[in-house]
Amino acid sequence: MASVDAALISRVVERFGKDPQRLMDIVREVHGELGHVSEDAVDSIAGVLGIHRVQVADMASFYSFFDREPGARYTVRLSNCVVDKMNGMQEVAAAFEKAVGVRFGQTTPDGQIGLRYTSCTGMCDQAPAALINGLVITGIKPADVPAIVEALKREHGKVGGSVLFPNAEVQLNLRQAGPVVLGPFENGSAIRKSLALSPEQVIDEINKSKLRGRGGAGFPTGMKWSFCRKAKGRHFLICNADEGEPGTFKDRLLLTEAADLLFEGMTVSGYALGAVEGLLYLRAEYAYLWPRLEQVLSRRRRHGLLGQNIAGREGFDFDIRIQMGAGAYVCGEESALIESLEGKRGAPRDRPPYPVQRGYKLEPTSVNNVETLCCAARIMEKGADWFIKHGTRDSTGTKLLSVSGDCKRPGIYEVEYGITVDKLLQLVGGEDAQAVQVGGPSGACLAPKDYGRKISFEDIPTGGSIIVFGPKRDLLKHVLDFTEFFAEESCGWCAPCRVGTTLMKMKLDKILDGRGTASDLEELKQLGTTVKMMSRCGLGQSAANPVLTTLQNLPELYRQRITSKDFIPYFDIAGAFSEQAAVTGRKFVDHEEAHA
Amino acid sequence: MSGQTVKITIDGSVVEAREGLTILQAAGEAGIYIPHLCYHKDLLPGGHCRVCTVKVNGKPINACTMVVGGGMVIENDTAELNDLRKSIIEMLFVEGNHICPGCEKSGNCELQALAYRFGMMSPRYPYLFPAKQVDGSHPNVYIDRNRCILCGRCVRSSQEKDHKHVFGFEDRGIRMRLAIDARRQLADTDLAAADKAASYCPTGSLVVKRVGWKMPVGTRKYDKEPIGSDIAGRRK
Repeated sequence: MASVDAALISRVVERFGKDPQRLMDIVREVHGELGHVSEDAVDSIAGVLGIHRVQVADMASFYSFFDREPGARYTVRLSNCVVDKMNGMQEVAAAFEKAVGVRFGQTTPDGQIGLRYTSCTGMCDQAPAALINGLVITGIKPADVPAIVEALKREHGKVGGSVLFPNAEVQLNLRQAGPVVLGPFENGSAIRKSLALSPEQVIDEINKSKLRGRGGAGFPTGMKWSFCRKAKGRHFLICNADEGEPGTFKDRLLLTEAADLLFEGMTVSGYALGAVEGLLYLRAEYAYLWPRLEQVLSRRRRHGLLGQNIAGREGFDFDIRIQMGAGAYVCGEESALIESLEGKRGAPRDRPPYPVQRGYKLEPTSVNNVETLCCAARIMEKGADWFIKHGTRDSTGTKLLSVSGDCKRPGIYEVEYGITVDKLLQLVGGEDAQAVQVGGPSGACLAPKDYGRKISFEDIPTGGSIIVFGPKRDLLKHVLDFTEFFAEESCGWCAPCRVGTTLMKMKLDKILDGRGTASDLEELKQLGTTVKMMSRCGLGQSAANPVLTTLQNLPELYRQRITSKDFIPYFDIAGAFSEQAAVTGRKFVDHEEAHA
Repeated sequence: MSGQTVKITIDGSVVEAREGLTILQAAGEAGIYIPHLCYHKDLLPGGHCRVCTVKVNGKPINACTMVVGGGMVIENDTAELNDLRKSIIEMLFVEGNHICPGCEKSGNCELQALAYRFGMMSPRYPYLFPAKQVDGSHPNVYIDRNRCILCGRCVRSSQEKDHKHVFGFEDRGIRMRLAIDARRQLADTDLAAADKAASYCPTGSLVVKRVGWKMPVGTRKYDKEPIGSDIAGRRK
């Protein structure tokens, strides 16, 4: 191994205090310098850290943004989310392959440009989108591609930013700001109000507001904080900014426009929990937001809103560290996120114990969504009584929705809980939708008969993803896309999710291929049930939702596709012989068919 | 672990369970077999296979990790759960390349034994026929990843029993595979023939060399009685 690499690795490992729990950061930096995590680098990192190489290889091989093979100088990661596909991503992909001269999954022989697909990048309202070495490019048209590729061929250093790519500006696309999350906010106001109360009284106020987690699961926030505070140990607060649910991009807005509100909410939570350290886990796709977030943190430290003796309160110390993710949807699951924070593969844990009992570093940890923490700051600023005036009895406050797909006005909407799907479709200009995916692929696919239902914890809960499917869409194709997404993002730890998601994909392929039978539908349902009932974590337990909710709500989608035959095997013998038949000019005769 | 006990109900029978035990352990003490595969009594639970899933108060819960609580109403030996478990066993069969007649673990294999117990004739799912690596480099132990079900027993036992770290995982999803603590091959790790890790594999994936085919058919572990009979035999 080149000594310069060894020196570099030593330096990086030293900088992170030779702490194996910072393995993500160490590998990220090494990857940034070397372009990939070579076998030599794995050995070297393990050696300096004093851990086993298999531990380094395990972690590094898990995340999709870490290449183990020499990568390209520029890697184009084209988002292959359903919404990107609905907006012409396939044409853009074809244009890239033509301009670059290699297929997706390959790198040019000179190592200049590599083409990869990546899961939803959180830009569905401006799809199709791609990341080029971390730079976000949105609204790509096939006609834009040759210029982008030409620029990449010329460049030899870091990506030049928006000067190089005029489309590189991420649009905020805030369509409707509501009174709760996105209203005007005075920095420090929530902290000062909280410090006038005891930590227990802060938790009481949050309890009174009936605030529930905005990530989708809806666990009462006050209860979570209370459990965490009461558990003995060193307390941690984690903000989950790993929004990876396809079609979700509301945290992108909050992290861009409301970072102060978020950090204020984290600080209030730190006070309530008795935590001195807060961690913001930021998804790798949002790396472009990182420098600005650090600036906001620095400013807050200067203004006495972070660090020691916050807001003049003797002994109230709290600070925030940003941890970058590396491309793994499952890390949005709180226990997988904690594993990832500890420098390991993002495999969820079995519960109990819950993170509030034994979380980060096995200490009591509260993991909260970005939007939840923003709400918490608001509640402390304006009071629980003000907060519960919004929304419904059991779903108080407002919800940020990320709306994308076939509608006239995609973007972010802050709405009161209790809004019907119908009303929402009018708001966004998607009245003719044949179906609406609420809560992303792990949520539910609703048919028009359900449009009277309300977005709320008591009816249809959602983390905020709303994907509108217009009348002309082949919905089953998107069910397959969603299922492929889960198969790609399954962590592999447990058998039902690891194998079941791939088997569901094969079954859907067969049905879409026109070779499905009635018994295939039964088997698909059975398969989905096994994945849902037996999987270890929320990812696996919801991986079958696209299949199961469409089978239930839109059964005709499937019935139209199946044949009347009793049985068709997976293996398509006529298809397998098609090349030979073409070469020899003879027709393949299926004897079973011939004798039937 | 305290000396206290709690009362739980398993399939209608009331069981006194020692506090702090998992559902799987408490059921075992009471002579109730909860099918399991990645779990081994000597090792910490891994939660990989999900075969031990039971229903606690109507909710699917992993029995090898869930600690007993007073008043739990547990369903275990039900047609629904057994079919779900069988379905996982079938998934494991199609995920790898399990050629029982040619495998020296046949008759002593826990995967095969569970398939028999659940009455699996052939998997209901299509075979994936993956290409897998075999590593025969080590003088005393070989890895046949065709038969690996990613239960993690070797990973855990190497750490817990041998105080080494010979095994791990790499990659994710359906591409996840058993990895070793060496760049190339098993011979380059510090695995010794006497290591406990070599003896915990439930299938024929991690095998000690030169001991195969020793037992005549008819005398192998699961030839006479189905897997779990020893546990069920303890029931008073």
